[in-house]
Amino acid sequence: MTLTPITPYHYLVLSAALFSIGIVGVMIRRNIIVILMSIELMLNAVNINLAAFSYQLHNAAGQVFAIFVIAVAAAEAAVGLGIILAFYRNKETLNVDEMNTMRW
Amino acid sequence: MLESIVFYTLATLIIAFGVLVVTTRNTVHCVLFLVANFLCVAMVYVLLAAEFLAIIQILVYAGGIVVLYLFVVMLVNLQRPADAVPGRRRQSRAGFVLAAVMLAEISAILVFSAAKPASAVASAAPAPAGLGNTQVVGMLLYSDYLVPFEVASVLLLVAMVGAIILARKEA
Repeated sequence: MTLTPITPYHYLVLSAALFSIGIVGVMIRRNIIVILMSIELMLNAVNINLAAFSYQLHNAAGQVFAIFVIAVAAAEAAVGLGIILAFYRNKETLNVDEMNTMRW
Repeated sequence: MLESIVFYTLATLIIAFGVLVVTTRNTVHCVLFLVANFLCVAMVYVLLAAEFLAIIQILVYAGGIVVLYLFVVMLVNLQRPADAVPGRRRQSRAGFVLAAVMLAEISAILVFSAAKPASAVASAAPAPAGLGNTQVVGMLLYSDYLVPFEVASVLLLVAMVGAIILARKEA
């Protein structure tokens, strides 16, 4: 069996698959923590994309943007988990279906 | 050849751990699979000659963010799993359909752009020889992207203050 050389397309397909898994996770899970983790999966897929293009174009700017994405993901995780803790203290649940106080 | 083997192994692991993160019932196991996923992604960065990004990935994601998740999972310590309530079948199906459409769309774009001849993307000047990946990224970060860098640091400060205020018990 002969393997084709790895092109940027391989990385893009991998990234698309990981992103789709993240979408499935956000849509089918009801646990808010798992939903946040699925969002992290999607952010990782984007980072793979950035790194792949950075490698193909010989331009390190893609890696710089990936670092910014990681910084924003860290901020998002901290604030998101803080909100989850505050919510759990009030309602004793993590189910997104029960988070409907502000639903119209 | 070796690169192909490493890439396919890593890709399989990434997809497998991603599916496990999404499907596992036990939230603690979910977090552990997420760590494995992040480590495999870091190895993909090494494959892409982005060593600094790989280290950042391991330090910040696998070391910091995931520990934060674990703390929260342990703190809330659910008696009944949040997913126990059945139903919402329609939304699950919609989720799979949405993901399939997304995947098909991206694949179509990839196939069609692969069919076309490679467009003449003007690649930037290659990094001067003798500089490591970390040096190149650092020089970009502190010259061309200095303002976004400072904005990111302010964002992290704001997020830290916000998280402390949100998680604090009301006095």
